[in-house]
Amino acid sequence: MSVSGQKPLSNAWQNWWRFSRNPTAVVGAIIVITSVTLALLAPYVTPFPEHVGAVVDFANRHQAPSAVHWFGTDNVGRDIFSRAIFGLRVSLLLAVVVLGLAIPVGVVLGLLAGYFGGWVEIVIMRVTDIALAIPPLVMALAVAAVLTPSLTNSMLAIALLWWTWHTRLIYSITRQLRSQEFVEAAETLGASRAHILFREILPNCVSAIAVKTSLDAGFVILIGAALSFLGLGIQPPTPDLGTMVASGASFLPDYWWESVLPGCAILFVAMGFNLLGDGLRDLFDVEDVR
Amino acid sequence: MTAPVLEVRNLVKTFAVKGAFGRGRGIVRAVDDVSFSIGAGEVFGLAGESGSGKSTIARMVMGLSQPDSGDILIDGQSILGRGTSLAHRQQVQMVFQNPGASLNPRRTVGQSIRVPLDAHNFAGDRRARVGELLEMAQLPAHFADRFPHELSGGQKQRVAIARALAVEPRLLVLDEPTSALDVSVQSHVIELLEDLVAQLGLTYLFISHDLSLMRNFAQRVGILYLGKIVETGPVAPVFTAPQHDYTRLLLASVPVISAEEEALRPTIPMIDGDIPTAEQLLALRELSQTKEFKT
Repeated sequence: MSVSGQKPLSNAWQNWWRFSRNPTAVVGAIIVITSVTLALLAPYVTPFPEHVGAVVDFANRHQAPSAVHWFGTDNVGRDIFSRAIFGLRVSLLLAVVVLGLAIPVGVVLGLLAGYFGGWVEIVIMRVTDIALAIPPLVMALAVAAVLTPSLTNSMLAIALLWWTWHTRLIYSITRQLRSQEFVEAAETLGASRAHILFREILPNCVSAIAVKTSLDAGFVILIGAALSFLGLGIQPPTPDLGTMVASGASFLPDYWWESVLPGCAILFVAMGFNLLGDGLRDLFDVEDVR
Repeated sequence: MTAPVLEVRNLVKTFAVKGAFGRGRGIVRAVDDVSFSIGAGEVFGLAGESGSGKSTIARMVMGLSQPDSGDILIDGQSILGRGTSLAHRQQVQMVFQNPGASLNPRRTVGQSIRVPLDAHNFAGDRRARVGELLEMAQLPAHFADRFPHELSGGQKQRVAIARALAVEPRLLVLDEPTSALDVSVQSHVIELLEDLVAQLGLTYLFISHDLSLMRNFAQRVGILYLGKIVETGPVAPVFTAPQHDYTRLLLASVPVISAEEEALRPTIPMIDGDIPTAEQLLALRELSQTKEFKT
């Protein structure tokens, strides 16, 4: 307490210090930041950026990992390391688009259901329950079967189901906060409902949303990779980690690096987001997020 | 005499007591035919133990819950049906029991105090008004940038008072405003509230279980017991010559310090016990209706 003029540590500084003492969070953050930076700067940091397209170099096909080709080369002689870095772009784009569509919708519906209760809650939460019962992968397969297999359709299919998790989370937090005195105080002060939902309740959900988003990013990347593996993701020749695992799989076990190393890249990114999410959960002390 | 600032007429509020598997086990009349009125500039105290219906009355006056029957009038106008209108909010404000819970932990003091100014479209410099309100609550204006967790309990309650005063209400409902505070801080907050009555001509509905505080702060009191007002009147007669058994019991259970106060203490056999549960209250009520326990 600083009535005497002694300035207390700022919140940001305290949080940063606690964050830096949490090895899980730090490792996760480093992985996430590294992946995002590599993906963004892919044309400048990769040794063979021209191998992204439909390039063929049969003289160098199926080369084992070496100093020149860190992850080896594929069946038409392209550098797998370069293609894997470009593949990260697709994975991260998928995560950003899916979560960017799903989170705002899920959060708003959760706030409405939790705050108003009654038939609003019944309608929103029952629809949520139904949507939760459909596995995203099955939904994406169904959409691809009806429309055409493409990255856009897969992203839409996943986003169409993903908001439910955020609705459930925000709904349970809002229900707890609704009866708090500061919400009642805002009501008696004459604050509008929009103010109460977005200025009083939402700021208290932000840390839970951050944790959930980070954990989700890992899962969405895994599902995206599974879809590409099945041929429902972005179409060749654009490099995609899932697609690379699938095409490399036909050359197992002799040319193992063609599928195993892109697989490791998927694992690396997904694990990074999960570690970061776990670390943030400890930091913010939010327990009901899974 | 002009119309009272607050008049409560035959107010009733019931709650269902749920048993196992959600089956109804009975109904608790939390507030049972309560009537009282508060004149301009008056401090009216509502005393009673936990579960006596004090806070339920406060919530109904604030429009946070609706009575089953009865009427609530502010300046002679019924608030029922318009309980959530801005006009009502402008007349009545509330200071909650726990300042730690009534301020949003994620918003600064200044942001919290601005809420009523924004909601009521305060004309003028809202930033300056926030500073003015903080000063009125005897806090430095730079506290506007602090978060609630950086303040002490007493400072938080001052912020809550400043926020309640933002729209210049006529009536302030004080729901146990000091019970969550240290004893040493309590008296400062009470002093502030007394100053504000003198400065702004406010009227208070003061709710507390602390009878010694009530004796010093209120001019008239109502003693609530199981949702009914069993005794009402100016502080001095109620506290020195209580008419009702329950008032005597309540006064007898006040811990006293001075010999002078000890002499004032009525003698009655102590009934010791915990806060009654809803089921015990039901049983007590049946008892009070059948046996010679006078109400």
